[in-house]
This record gives sequence, C-alpha cells and structure tokens, in this order.
Amino acid sequence: MGVEQKLGNMGVVTHRLEDLVNWSRTRAMWPMLFGLACCAIEMMSAQSSHFDMSRFGMELMRASPRQSDLMIVAGRVTRKMAPVLRRLYDQMPDPKWVVSMGDCASCGGVFNNYAIVQGVDEIVPVDVFVAGCPPRPEALIHGIVTLHEKVMDEKFANYA
Amino acid sequence: MTMLERLDVSLDELKHLVSEQALEGDTLLLNMGPQHPSTHGVLRLLLELDGEIIVNCIPDIGFLHTGIEKNMEAKTYQQAEVMTDRLDYLNTMGNNLAYCLAVEKLTELDVPERAQAVRVIFAELQRLASHLVWLATQALDLAAQSVFLYCFREREYILDIMELASGQRMMTTYFRPGGLWRDVPVEFEDSVRWFLDYMPGRIQQYEDLLTKNPIFIDRVKGIGRMTKEQALAWGATGSTARGSGVDYDLRRDQPYSGYDQYDFEIPTQTEGDVYARYLVRIQEMRQSLRIIEQALNKLPMGPFRSNNRKYVPPPRSELSRSMEAVIHHFKLWTEGYDVPKGSVYSVVESPRGELGVMLESDGGPKPYRVKWRTPSFSHIQLLSWIAKGHYVADLVAIIGSIDIVLGDTDR
Amino acid sequence: MNNEKLQNVAADLVANFGGSVSEFRDQMQVHVPADQIAAAAIALRDSHGFEVMPDITAVDYWPQTTPRFHVVYQFNSISQDMRITLRVPLDGDAPTLDSLTGIYPNANWLERELWDMFGIKAEGHPDLRRILMPHDWEGHPLRKDYPLGYEEVQFTFNYDEIDQRKPRPKE
Repeated sequence: MGVEQKLGNMGVVTHRLEDLVNWSRTRAMWPMLFGLACCAIEMMSAQSSHFDMSRFGMELMRASPRQSDLMIVAGRVTRKMAPVLRRLYDQMPDPKWVVSMGDCASCGGVFNNYAIVQGVDEIVPVDVFVAGCPPRPEALIHGIVTLHEKVMDEKFANYA
Repeated sequence: MTMLERLDVSLDELKHLVSEQALEGDTLLLNMGPQHPSTHGVLRLLLELDGEIIVNCIPDIGFLHTGIEKNMEAKTYQQAEVMTDRLDYLNTMGNNLAYCLAVEKLTELDVPERAQAVRVIFAELQRLASHLVWLATQALDLAAQSVFLYCFREREYILDIMELASGQRMMTTYFRPGGLWRDVPVEFEDSVRWFLDYMPGRIQQYEDLLTKNPIFIDRVKGIGRMTKEQALAWGATGSTARGSGVDYDLRRDQPYSGYDQYDFEIPTQTEGDVYARYLVRIQEMRQSLRIIEQALNKLPMGPFRSNNRKYVPPPRSELSRSMEAVIHHFKLWTEGYDVPKGSVYSVVESPRGELGVMLESDGGPKPYRVKWRTPSFSHIQLLSWIAKGHYVADLVAIIGSIDIVLGDTDR
Repeated sequence: MNNEKLQNVAADLVANFGGSVSEFRDQMQVHVPADQIAAAAIALRDSHGFEVMPDITAVDYWPQTTPRFHVVYQFNSISQDMRITLRVPLDGDAPTLDSLTGIYPNANWLERELWDMFGIKAEGHPDLRRILMPHDWEGHPLRKDYPLGYEEVQFTFNYDEIDQRKPRPKE
C-alpha cells in the first residue's frame, strides 16, 4: 500500500477508527438462536453447508443472549411470546441489531388475528426486514449483507 | 399489567403440580425456557430437579399459538388451504394432503389416478425430509454435529424437487381438492430417479456413524421407556408408538390416496426407548424410498385434477371458448365453492403420527369448524410421564426422540 | 372398515345410554347425552376394544343456544380397525362435562384446550388451567362471538394514520 511506502518498512497501516470498529463488528457478528417457526428451518438451512452463513462470520448460533450481537427473529411472534422476546432483547449487550426474518415477523404475515403480534417492530426496533414466506436462505443472506452495509455506514456521532 | 409483568407466573398457580419438596426448597425449580437450543421450538419446561434427577416435568405450550383454526373459519376453502402449510412446517405437503382429503370426502370429489400417485410420491418425499430434520436435530443435541450438516445437505435435494414441481421450497400448497395444482414437469421423473439412486448410500452413511456408535448407544439406550399399554393410553401414535411395539400404521390399516397398491413394511421395535424410536425412523426412511420407487414406476398418464367444475376451476384456455367455464370461474374466485353440510374426520399418517382433520361445514363457502388433531400435542403430554427419574441431559435425548414440532402443537 | 361390527357397537351404545346414530360419508356418529359420556367411554374402552381416543374438540353453534356446543370425541380401535365419533350436545354459556382423564389419560390436555378455547369445564379434571393462551387471558377465542382480532393493514394510502396509532418500542 502507498501508506507503507511513505512510512518506510515500518509496516504501519493507518485508517479511521470508525471504519475499523464497524469492520470488526460486521465480520464477527454472532446471531442469537431465536428461531420460532417455519422461518427457523430456513435459517438452519442457511446455516448448514449448502448456503453457508459461516463465511460471513456467523459460525454458530449463540444460545445465550449475553454473548450475541444479532437477533434474527425468525417466525411468528405470538402475544404469549412477546414479553419473552422483549426480555431477551433487553438482555443482549450493546451494540445489538435485529433482523426481522419472514413475513410474520415483519408485518404479521398470513395471520391477521388475535394471537399474532402484527410485526415485531411493535416490540423491538428492527434494522432490516427480510420478506418471504419463508424467505429463501439466499434472501436471508442478502438481508444479512444489507445489515453489514448498514453497520459499515454507522457513525460514532450517532451513539457516542 | 405491562407486558413484562405478565411473564411471572406465581408459584401458587403451579403448586398442585410440583411435589412438596419444591415448596420447602429441597428440590430446585428450573425453567427450561421458551428460548432454548434443545427444545425444538418454543417449548417451556418447568423442571423440578433433585440434584440432576428430574422429579417433575411440567410442559408449558402456547408460545406459537397462531389461531389458525379460527382464522380458517374466516376464509374460503381455497384460501384456508394456504394456512394449512404453516401448521406442522416440516410436513407441509402432508398437511395439505390431510386438508384436501377432508374436503374431498365432504364434497365427494373424485381424484384421478395420476394425482394420487404424485401425491404419494410427494408425501413420502416429505416424510423423508421431515425425518432428516429429526435426525439432524437429535444428533445435534447429542453433539454429533456432522450428522446435522449431512442431513441438511440431503434435504436440499428434496427441496429442489419440490421447487421443481410447485415453485416453492417449503410452503407449497401443491395438493388442491380434486388433485394437484399443476402437472409435474418433464424433468421430475429424472430428478426423482437420481435421488432414489443417491439416497440409500447416504442413509447407510448415517447408520454407520450412529447406530453402532458406543457413545450414541450409551446416551440413548434405556432412556425414556414406554410400554405398549402406556403408549396406547397416553395417545402416542406414529413412530413414537411403533418404537414401543404398537403395530399400527394408517398407510397400511386405513389406506388413503392409493397406498394399498404399494408394497412396504412397517418397522416396529419392542423396547420402547429412545434407541428403538431411532431405529424405527431410520427403517421408515428406507421404506419411504421403496414406496417412491413403486409409485414412480406405476405413474399413470391422465388428468392431474378432477373435472368437476363446481369445485375445480377450469383451465384458462377454456375461458375463451365456453360461457359455462366463465361462470364457473367467476363463482369459484369470488365466492368460493359451497360444500355440503356435514362433518367428517379424515386422518393421514404424518411423520409424527396420526394427523387428523375434523371438518364441519354448514353448507356455505367457508369452513364452519376445522379442528386439527395434531400428534405433537399428545406427545408433549407424554413428556411429563416419561421424563421422571432421568437426568437433564437425558431429557434432551427424549425430546428429540418424540419428534415434536411446536407449530403442530400450538396451531 | 367392518361396517357391521361398527353398526353393532353404535346400536349397543344407543341402547344403553340413549341418543341417536347418524352415518355420514361412511363414518359413524353417535349422539350421546351429556351425563352419560363417561359411562359410554368406559363401555367403549372395556367392552368394545377402543383403546385410543385421539381427539376431543367442540363446535360452537352460536347464536343458537340449544344446543350451543357439540363436544366431539373421536375413538379408534387398533385391534379391530374401527373408528367412531361421539357427539355430546351442550346448552348454555358455561357448560360442564365429566372429565375422561381417569379413563383415557391423554384427555388431560385435550380438556384443558376445550376449557381454554371454548369455556367448557371438565369436572374432575386434576389441573384445569389455560394451555394455549397466556394464563391471564380473558375470553375464550374459538367461540363464535369472540372477534377474530383483525387489524387494519397498513397500505400506502393509510400509511400515516396507522403509523400514528401503531405501538412502538420505547427505544
């Protein structure tokens, strides 16, 4: 790189801190296991060898919210499950992001009735919505990549 | 009450279920919560533990209750079928089949032979896909992670075949009352034959990895025993009951959709533990391949859907030629078809057990009452009886072996 | 399915417990009065060999009040390959029924669901509380006078007005 030539053979690279922080956050984002219904099966398919998600840094799903950054809400959220969802979201440490996977999590989906929360953004703030019923694993990966792009654009001024 | 306060169920409400030692503090009450890697879905188990041994196990379901039955009452029969896929989401075509059989029984629709054979092929492919997910998650819970990756790789091939025929990987709604939505494409037969050649070697690979593996046998042999009488009294059906020696399979004993034309065996074991249920399901996978081969060889030519225009929409090409076709098309797509008054109970053999639909109609275009008799509902009840006296680690193996899907349970 | 045997069973039930028989699409349905259901279940299990009871459910016929509910029991005999359905008509808004948990243990959760969804109490049940809905939910969802809970869908033409009244998380 040109920078190295200017600094001689010291082997020093300079970059903005913001970019480094965002880069490290995207490259090793650990999702929390929050598969509820049918979308969870497509999430498991996305995790397995055919549509590998571990090439994006998500090698395994963390069962504990204390150790994860990303919550992929995969499946329909019922009124009985909603307080559990909120409690788990509160237990995740900052920085955290939420991907709402599938139609049921984004807007209630096929089910418009007494038992289903019409969109998980009534409960937690969502960063990326992925449409589909269920979304193909490629669609989920597209959503994850969109989230990475969003995180790469984050500025310190917004949350520091 | 705010949303978070509603979470805390007080001990008073559960006092009658736990033993007295819990109230004194001798035993520990542990919440194996709705979000857990080993409860296959959102199942909450309240465990009363004496050290590591389970004294009481109280399941709490309802975290995925979608109100499908009530929602189906508000939609026409055709629209309601879309919701049937989402019940037991690992057996989507089986749910469609149960619903279509119920509607066909009520309306006395005929189903052509070709449609019946294709239905059998897809139902067995779906059984294979569901058993692959069962094997993957059970092995994953017992820390055999490579089996998980192998099974999902095989499942991708089955999902590709489903996408070929119906356009969707999982929620296909491919079976319609009267037959199929559209005929299978030309490449279907070759894909299925390739799969039939490929799969037996893979099942052998899983057996080589697990069946004689001393670690696996140590973890599953003798765990979760259930005798034949207990299985019948507690409402176990399907492979869960066949592991205990109940020799009953709806495909052979109350056949539907042409299953009586095919020659297959029903594997049963007698010990009734987790290992027996594992062996039963592995053998069922091989028998499914056998059925698919026979159905594919026998696949007759002919129409793929009934001609009864009162219930089946006419093909688009007919609309430009016949006035009657236009009238039928209009009625079917605006109001829906009227189903005669009455109630039927139709059952199929899902990979989990006996899946039944009680369909009651009042003569109108919308179902009056649809009740889904789902196998997982009865099987989770079994947990509170089977799990007593085992360790928590054994509980994970038991949950895997009874093969529950929470969408099936909570509807 | 051996139709003759099934007709004998149905005739036997009607003779001992009252009610009527109806056959629809090759399926036998026996209407049994509400106070006789436990005795009928014992007779089916012990004398006629129906080992399994797969399902208990109910149908709500509101606004008709007599009968308002029909509770439907499915019985299955594995050894003789027969199925039979029992229907029990119930009146009023808060009916009660004898519990079958002593006879078929898997009726435990099925009757809890009946209570949760319809409000039909099973007397003698060891643990009657809600199973599918949250434990403090009010109302019985599958009754016909309970609303579906349909919420207006947010399209572009009503985007802003629904946005204002949509609940949002606090942060």
